[in-house]
Amino acid sequence: MAGSDPTVNGTSAPDTVKILIAGGFGVGKTTMVGSVSEIVPLRTEEPLTAAGLGIDDLDGIEQKKATTVALDFGRITLSRELILYLFGTPGQQRFWFMWNDLAIGALGAVVLIDVRRPESSFAAIDFFERRDIPFVVGVNGFHGEHPYEPDEIREALALPEHTPVLLCDARDRESCRDVLIALIDQLIASATPGGGSAHTA
Amino acid sequence: MPGSSARPASEVNGSDAAGRLVRPFTLTGGRTRPSRADFTLITSVTAVEPQPDGGKRPQPEHARILRLCARPVVVAELAAHLDLPVSVVVIMLCDLLEAGRITARSPRQISRTTDMDLLQKVRDGLGRL
Repeated sequence: MAGSDPTVNGTSAPDTVKILIAGGFGVGKTTMVGSVSEIVPLRTEEPLTAAGLGIDDLDGIEQKKATTVALDFGRITLSRELILYLFGTPGQQRFWFMWNDLAIGALGAVVLIDVRRPESSFAAIDFFERRDIPFVVGVNGFHGEHPYEPDEIREALALPEHTPVLLCDARDRESCRDVLIALIDQLIASATPGGGSAHTA
Repeated sequence: MPGSSARPASEVNGSDAAGRLVRPFTLTGGRTRPSRADFTLITSVTAVEPQPDGGKRPQPEHARILRLCARPVVVAELAAHLDLPVSVVVIMLCDLLEAGRITARSPRQISRTTDMDLLQKVRDGLGRL
């Protein structure tokens, strides 16, 4: 709770919030984190346990990838009292068991799409839709090229009307910031009485 | 921030991960589960200043954590700076919390329907970027 505020000798830690950056493998998640983060994206690696992964799933995975799953993240200090963390979700589908933990307490998510292979992000969209976690779709145009309009992409992905779709460039700081702002605006709209319909069934 | 020692994501490769991951759990006395669920990835931890008298001397890895969290730092950043899995760091943080050497601050609980104040602060902060 915001009320549980252990202050240490007068210095209180800032509030922390997080947003997930999701999407298929290689779609530009870490690039996006790096574009807006005030630190070079950091990485933590978690050992995989049998509990998290069906034994069969280990077949055919390279040895080095079977032992850990990496998590990249960045930080944006929004004010003295508030820090935003961006977590890139593991892209490979076999690491999705981690997403549940990551999603707990998140403000929402950005699902990045590569228009050349949008299907690699379908499962991410599914994940957030099923859990009623607010998200926006960022269409990452490689080399800044955008062959499709947002509405075409919305239709192709069968996204609800209220889900924002933005053309973006994961390498560009302002572009990434605008995607994050679109997510927050969406949250504000759906938190406003009578505004937004993010939680329709 | 003690940023210099952390590995940038772009430079990491996991080739010796199996060997590296054996040792961390020896730091935790073989325990693989935290005794408390207090620590999320974005829980802030801060070393208590001054450190409590008496008790056991902190082990070297615990002492490293205390140095890194002289100012508030979140669990994920600690793990990256220590180059240890989050799960291992959390266990050591439990030890330090129980020993009264750190305080932990949970992230803001998100109530998406009501917490307009928080959302507006995030919106304003992003607008200033």
